Amino acid sequence: MKPLLRLLASPLLDVLAGPNGIDRYLAAVNPLWSVSETRARVLQIRHQTRDTVTLILQPNANWLGFRAGQHVRLGVEVNGVRRHRCFSPASSTHQRNRLIEISATVNPAGVVSQYLKHRAEPGEILTMSPAQGTFALPVPRPERLLMISAGSGITPVMSMLRTLCDEDYPGRVTFLHYARTQADMLYRDELYDIARDHPGITLVCAHTRQRRAGDLHGHLTEEQLNSIDADFTAAEAYVCGPPGLVDTARDIWTAHGVENRLHTETFTSALTMTAPATKGSVVRFARSGISATATGASLLEQAEASGLRPPFGCRRGICSTCTSRKFSGVVRHVLTGEASHTEEEQIRLCVSAPSGDVTLDL
Amino acid sequence: MRTSDKPNPRLTLEQLDALARDLDAIREAVIADLGTRDAAHIRRMMRLQGRLELTGRALLYLGFLPPVWLAAVACLAISSLLNREEIGHNVLHGQYDWMGDPALNSQTFEWGSLGASKEWRHSHNYVHHTFTNVLGKDRDIGYGIMRLSREQKWHPYYLGNPLYAALLMPLLDWGFAFHDLEVDRLVRRERTWSQNREIHRRLRRKIGIDVLREYVLFPALTGPLFLSTLAANACAKVLRDLWTSAIIFCGHFPDGVATFTEGELANETRGHWYYRQLLGTANISGGRLFQIMSGHLSHQIEHHLFPDLPSPRYPQIAPQVRAVCEKYGLPYTTGPLHRQLGSTWRKIFRLALPGRTRSQAYGTAA
Repeated sequence: MKPLLRLLASPLLDVLAGPNGIDRYLAAVNPLWSVSETRARVLQIRHQTRDTVTLILQPNANWLGFRAGQHVRLGVEVNGVRRHRCFSPASSTHQRNRLIEISATVNPAGVVSQYLKHRAEPGEILTMSPAQGTFALPVPRPERLLMISAGSGITPVMSMLRTLCDEDYPGRVTFLHYARTQADMLYRDELYDIARDHPGITLVCAHTRQRRAGDLHGHLTEEQLNSIDADFTAAEAYVCGPPGLVDTARDIWTAHGVENRLHTETFTSALTMTAPATKGSVVRFARSGISATATGASLLEQAEASGLRPPFGCRRGICSTCTSRKFSGVVRHVLTGEASHTEEEQIRLCVSAPSGDVTLDL
Repeated sequence: MRTSDKPNPRLTLEQLDALARDLDAIREAVIADLGTRDAAHIRRMMRLQGRLELTGRALLYLGFLPPVWLAAVACLAISSLLNREEIGHNVLHGQYDWMGDPALNSQTFEWGSLGASKEWRHSHNYVHHTFTNVLGKDRDIGYGIMRLSREQKWHPYYLGNPLYAALLMPLLDWGFAFHDLEVDRLVRRERTWSQNREIHRRLRRKIGIDVLREYVLFPALTGPLFLSTLAANACAKVLRDLWTSAIIFCGHFPDGVATFTEGELANETRGHWYYRQLLGTANISGGRLFQIMSGHLSHQIEHHLFPDLPSPRYPQIAPQVRAVCEKYGLPYTTGPLHRQLGSTWRKIFRLALPGRTRSQAYGTAA
């Protein structure tokens, strides 16, 4: 596939494809194909627990792979609008056919997770960023590892564990996972199987809302860690979960003076609704590094008042000349009052005014 | 029935504001409903365009068989028509910006036309759609080469009106590309050569690549069939341009369409802009296939009121727009292609001659 990709990206083909670009013709044959975009086809959708969803993805040839623990930014089209969310693959980096598995907890108000749980179908095409992040299994592999996760924070450490199993890792791994109840635990059967088949891997299941099952109960404490392994600070620790879990871990490791052995990743909810304050909020022009206090005027006027010169035409929402990228924040259409969503999108500066803090690509 | 020299129906400021509210409400209902269907439509069109073009190019390897050659020309003409109108023109209007797909972003999209997107966004999206049918402002009235409004001052040059139209039609894409250079204004010294330098460079590059592709590389790739392929490619473009020009001439030139003066632009409200779009534009009636083949420019009225709504929405909202027109006593000019085209051509001939003679009412529906 790689030599074919190189051929497709040659200047001759570029001229033959013309302004439409080669991708137009590739997509006319197979929507997964592209010379510029990393895309993935949804092969399978599984529902491991009541409020999670697991997807098996087949990426196209542009996918460069990942290191166990890293995350990718997936573009999912919901109601025609491309939304971006970060997910950590849970699969082994040695997975056959380079398939990628992701699991997400469904957020009751989450546009993307609700969509993936209830409406997505196998065959759908998603876009992918390259793998990102420094929360990753190091090379060479450390001799002792401690992995702590909660909820869907299990995905990056699951990838690490599966990768180590595929490599016949000779060291010791302690895998501590927090789930509300046994029924909420992702990858439960597979984890028990792994622990049974690998003497070096110790699985500890902690439940925060169920007393009967599990090895531990309640949220992370130092006592819990001591009860598992009195020498827990000797291992390289990888912690992934909600901010509460990560903060507790950081306090414990700092108290021992070994925070250099602690690696953390936290999942924050994408729902960062801004207050609908019109005046007094901040308009950030990211590219030029300028910030201004919102005056209630249109973003075009605000940009000009800040000394920027974005292109414009009609100044009344007809011609789209001033269309620019909004990175984040809610804007209001000054003529109709309609409010935008909070995510990255194209907006027309002349008929948009900020509702709360807004960051623009200007 | 009305003709272009009947006075435009006048509305009070309050009526214009109410008109704006009614039309805004139609727009908002569509915006709230945008979704999967709209995304699926543009993707389907792009897939269809890609497949037709690939099929056409492939068929030309059998271009020595006349029926196959004709089929190839048909595939290429339709693909290039879809590419220019239903895809390019509509994407450049920002109709799909809300999807957040970089391949459909109006600011970075480069369309399959000889002129560059950047110039088109200025001359079309901004100048033509903002100053629609305002004499001295909208350069699409006669495209700077024809006399298509009685209010344009007559000059012996306009005796060639029908000839200019006949020459422009098969070469529309070239005409539009050079339209951006505003040569007429250059001649009148309203524009300097230096203003054109960058546009010139972009134009040269884009035209150069297009000529290389259509008339050198693809013919060469078919080896001994070089001339047959070259002819097919040229025929496809000419057919597309004949069809496209027929459609767009009917958008603003038939009887019943009004022109305006610059004086009307002072402190123009949204309502007055809507009013100008309604009076300055005409539709062509036809079925679903015709609508797609015209890039939905058969719904010029709806397109001019809401240039940023995805085009398949135009036929859906047309009954509502028509009801608004009736409510305010405004004309909604429409008719079948042959009638609108006949009316346009009669005008092209009539206005070749001087004078402000009263035109006859040529059956435009009011």
